[in-house]
Amino acid sequence: MSISPRARPTGSWEHLLWTFTRLSGLALLLFGAFSLAMGFVYGGRTQLDLPGFMRWMFFPNPNHVVNSDIPDVTAGWSNAFWQIYSMLMIALASAHAMNGVRMVLEDYLKRPLAVAVLRMLIGGLWIAALIVAVYVILAS
Amino acid sequence: MPASRGVSVLQALRYRGRQGMLAWTLHRLTGLGIVLFVGMHVVAAFFLQQFGDPLATALTAFYESWFTQIFVYFCVLYHALNGGRLALMDLFPGLLRYQHELVWLQWAVFAPAFLVPVFFLIRSGLFPS
Repeated sequence: MSISPRARPTGSWEHLLWTFTRLSGLALLLFGAFSLAMGFVYGGRTQLDLPGFMRWMFFPNPNHVVNSDIPDVTAGWSNAFWQIYSMLMIALASAHAMNGVRMVLEDYLKRPLAVAVLRMLIGGLWIAALIVAVYVILAS
Repeated sequence: MPASRGVSVLQALRYRGRQGMLAWTLHRLTGLGIVLFVGMHVVAAFFLQQFGDPLATALTAFYESWFTQIFVYFCVLYHALNGGRLALMDLFPGLLRYQHELVWLQWAVFAPAFLVPVFFLIRSGLFPS
């Protein structure tokens, strides 16, 4: 019995975004698993509560764990590695999310003008989210 | 606008798509839930930090509450597991032979990974130490 793959979009641009959604999703799973593991390596088991661990896993930013029992967040929790790591995570996650919102809304919007306005709005939101994220990461 | 596709709400409810329909619906809803939560978090944190805005304080109290944390944990965990299953099935179409079993495997991973933290979130939410 041969199995054909699930339907995938035709057209190079939609197909590129289709591939990006899958690869960025898998990459984000690995990012989350790695920051969770490093939280344990740094001794978070005795210093973080459950929500603290979740905040660190989803966005490894020292502000996310500063209100915990960690004596000094500058030891491991706050350095350039996690800043670059967070920026990569935000870049992947925001593109993945904004494309997802676009796909959901375009299922319901069919008029070309509405779609064009929607894409500009979402693109603007995406740029704004990236700027805020880079500011937050560099300021913390 | 379901009407534009010629499907009424009643027809949609009567359509028995079973596992795939539930996964598609939950994947969309949880994805939008994450966007809603992260957007609220970023906006509230910015206005709280810059201006100490009272509305931002209220929003922060809302999204830091234990029930919002349960909601967002459901969204993230379901979206992650279901998205991982979809991505692996798309990259390795041979897995489609086992797609029924994979959905059950996904729920088998989801149930303990969701319910154990939720137990502790509810316990610390109802009985703060």
